[in-house]
Amino acid sequence: MKTFNIDSPMHHKTKVFPSPFHSRQAEWNENKEWSRWYDYLSVPSYTDETMEYFAGRNTCGVFDITPMTKHLITGPDALPFMNRLVTRDVSKLKPGRVGYSVWCDDRGQVIDDGTIFHLQQGQYRLCSQEHQIDWLMINAHGFDVSIVEDTHDVAGLALQGPTSCAVLRKMNLPGIENLTPFGMASFDFEGTQLMISRTGFTGDLGYELWIDPDHAEVLWDRLFAAGELHGIRPMGSDALEMLRIEAGFIMAGADFAPALHTVRSKNTRSPFELGLDWLVDFKKPVFNGRQALLKEQQQGSRYALVKLDIEDNKAAEHSYVYDTRERNIGWVTSAMWSPSAKKNIALATVKRPHGKVDERMLVEIYYQRELAWSRKMAQAVVVEQPFWDPPRRRQTPPADW
Amino acid sequence: MTKAVKSALIIGGGHNGLACAAYLARAGVQVTVLEAAERFGGAAVTREFAPGFQISAGAHLLFALDEKIRSELQLEQHGLEMAATALETIGLDEDGDYVSIAGGTLSGPGALDEDKTAMTRYQRQMNRFADVIWGLKDQLPPRMGTTAKDDLLSLGKLGLKIRRLGTEDMREFLRITGINVYDILQERFTSEHLKGALSVDGTLGTFLGTRSNNSVFCALHRFNRGRDYALPKGGMGAVSEALAAAAKAAGATLRTNATVASITMDFDRASGVTLSDGETLEADVVISNADPKTTFFKLLGARHLEAGFANRVHHLRTRGCVAKLHLALDGLPGFTGLDETQLGKRLLIAADMQYVEHAFNHAKYGEYAQEPVLEITVPSVHDATLAPAGQHVLSANVAWAPYDLKGGWTEVARADFLERCLSVLERYAPGLRGQILHSELLTPVDMEQEFGMTGGHWHHVELALDAFLMMRPTPGAAQYATPVNGLYLCGAGSHPGGNVTGCVGRNAAKAVLKGQG
Ligand SMILES: Cc1cc2nc3c(=O)[nH]c(=O)nc-3n(C[C@H](O)[C@H](O)[C@H](O)COP(=O)(O)OP(=O)(O)OC[C@H]3O[C@@H](n4cnc5c(N)ncnc54)[C@H](O)[C@@H]3O)c2cc1C
Repeated sequence: MKTFNIDSPMHHKTKVFPSPFHSRQAEWNENKEWSRWYDYLSVPSYTDETMEYFAGRNTCGVFDITPMTKHLITGPDALPFMNRLVTRDVSKLKPGRVGYSVWCDDRGQVIDDGTIFHLQQGQYRLCSQEHQIDWLMINAHGFDVSIVEDTHDVAGLALQGPTSCAVLRKMNLPGIENLTPFGMASFDFEGTQLMISRTGFTGDLGYELWIDPDHAEVLWDRLFAAGELHGIRPMGSDALEMLRIEAGFIMAGADFAPALHTVRSKNTRSPFELGLDWLVDFKKPVFNGRQALLKEQQQGSRYALVKLDIEDNKAAEHSYVYDTRERNIGWVTSAMWSPSAKKNIALATVKRPHGKVDERMLVEIYYQRELAWSRKMAQAVVVEQPFWDPPRRRQTPPADW
Repeated sequence: MTKAVKSALIIGGGHNGLACAAYLARAGVQVTVLEAAERFGGAAVTREFAPGFQISAGAHLLFALDEKIRSELQLEQHGLEMAATALETIGLDEDGDYVSIAGGTLSGPGALDEDKTAMTRYQRQMNRFADVIWGLKDQLPPRMGTTAKDDLLSLGKLGLKIRRLGTEDMREFLRITGINVYDILQERFTSEHLKGALSVDGTLGTFLGTRSNNSVFCALHRFNRGRDYALPKGGMGAVSEALAAAAKAAGATLRTNATVASITMDFDRASGVTLSDGETLEADVVISNADPKTTFFKLLGARHLEAGFANRVHHLRTRGCVAKLHLALDGLPGFTGLDETQLGKRLLIAADMQYVEHAFNHAKYGEYAQEPVLEITVPSVHDATLAPAGQHVLSANVAWAPYDLKGGWTEVARADFLERCLSVLERYAPGLRGQILHSELLTPVDMEQEFGMTGGHWHHVELALDAFLMMRPTPGAAQYATPVNGLYLCGAGSHPGGNVTGCVGRNAAKAVLKGQG
């Protein structure tokens, strides 16, 4: 249900909006804790973050992604607009497909990352972590496009985990099992359109479901009814955080500072410094940051983002990273004990030329045991592959659990 | 390394485009100038505005033409002649109590003794300060954030120049450059009338009133040690014609009636242009004499630029605010208190600073001045080629008349504004109305049309400290090279800015030859 009217002059009084799924979230939220995700109330953990995490890996978990910033980009110049905005070549993204990308400022520093949905010829949806409307409007000058932020007009649920496809099949969505990764399809649903994309932020089999807010609750109800025997449960942001770190996905505000919100320019990062070289397509004659990135490619980057496999099991949150001679070379940006990989893992920023695969490093971990602090210099090694990347993530049709 | 530039296309044959062409051609580059209008010169042009009456349709007083360019390009040999030089500025008075300013010398019935000594001091000081700023006119602006030797050297030179002023001057320079003419004239002079006239130096041609900061900075662009104001023989177009002749003699190809419709891109490089009739031309580099907004948005297209840069260009201040009034007169006008020899000077109607400020105030709200400020010349006093015998032409810069007039420049608005100009003129030159054979009023919108300059802006882009040197027109294009490979700027929007100087063209040619960017 739409919980507020953005057009009302008094809507600012609401300050933080309940999500269109709020009534259902409130029922499930045993912890009675809420956090704020931009304009919306969000649930950090409904019951127990570890159980919710395991739903995402062993059955399926449902996470409310309504607060994600969404934009609709429409018009004859929608493609050239998108192609100038982001680093990758959007012309390769066919209608009905979704692509991940980053976008940069003129200095080649990452403003944000997000997904581009090619809804139909001449129409894209851009989903991002940060608010982007002013940057998009700045970018629109000289293009025949209309840009609308429609965050509040689209409710979204991520359904992630190995049984997710089976749940959707039970909802009678014809052909859902044929959706390939990064594909999307629309279905008639309760008198409206339900759009489903095979996307997610967990590195596993999973889908994202998009619907108008007035049909949010019925979607939730139908989903949970269909999933009852498939281990469905709602998932909070804490569990999602674990899932995304295992998958090796970076997050604005955690693993890099979004360029438009960063005061000290040295604290921003280029795509190369985030390990996203594959997203930068110099075959395009122009895109934001191209000239700076060309220069960086020739002159070298300052930092590397690495995945670390660390000894022992104490999470390396907020740790300094050293080379084997104990010289400080960087810091950890995200870390956890990975229950699925059974490894102590982290994403870290290190100064180049450090950061090569198999390079050995030390991580300075502070941890508490019964209030007593200890410190350990743990051995770590740079690994190339994500810690969690099961074949079922790509398998089409997925197994029917 | 960039390979040597062999051929260049110059979009626009304004005086800067022509200067650029001449320098490049002399360096052996194969240059073609493409001018949209039927004659060269842009806003430095002479044309007929009524049968038998010639006028400098844009710029009318020459005060900033670079000496180096004059001698290097041998403009005198190419036909440039002055009809009058070292023209005093006369601050007109309705009752004839005018003040006359000739360099540091103040005279006339309105001149106060205490202002005479102050004037000498003011003139000397402003000249010293202008040397610091205008002394940078030949310099390729340094790039920011680099450690390249050239850049550091030219920044160092600027620092040194300021330091060399000596402690007291340096302090004063740093104090006043960013502030407004109202304050500094108030500190220095007594006569309201004199202050009014002097305040015009800081405000004419810009969207600034006497109390707007940056107006001292603008005033410094009018102090050009010992040269004052001149009128070229044959009008301002003569400067452009001499530059065109110099360019032609050096081997440049010059074309009029050649409107560039777009700049052609070859992947990430500007490779040529397409004319409005479909003709295409190619060259190693494309150099634009058109203003930055025209160049980047109309001719290139924002989509070929990265968004941050395009956004900065989008926000350049290009709102023109000076109108041009041309009168064909049946006889010499009679300005109260002036004798015939004084009619050929630079005449100002700016009763006092309050008057000037009021005239500007209207512009802030999208209105034209009810009582405008006028800068008047009667060039036919010195130059018989401009009008039939016994008759005269009057040319006036009129401030303020904003480009984006509320309700638009309709026939009614034009007629009313013309009427206001004439009624002010009539107060200072009774009987003038009866002498008028023809009149022409050019609003900034008309000048945008005629000269192809966005907003009809005098300097293409507002002249101010935030649009100066390495900030002009905006970082990324301040060294004449633009973010687009092979595309350069050579118009007033670049350092050192507008006025008839030739400097931008000369500097841009240097940058192209250096292959910087
Ligand atoms: C009302 C007014 C009064 C002024 N009075 C004075 C004064 O008294 N003294 C003084 O020194 N300065 C004065 N100026 C300022 C001076 O005229 C300008 O700063 C100067 O002429 C700028 O020269 P430029 O060569 O850089 O550009 P411009 O003179 O603007 O030349 C640009 C040229 O490019 C051409 N062009 C543009 N687009 C295209 C295209 N697509 N294809 C082909 N050609 C194109 C235009 O036709 C034009 O010829 C005045 C300006 C104005 C507006």
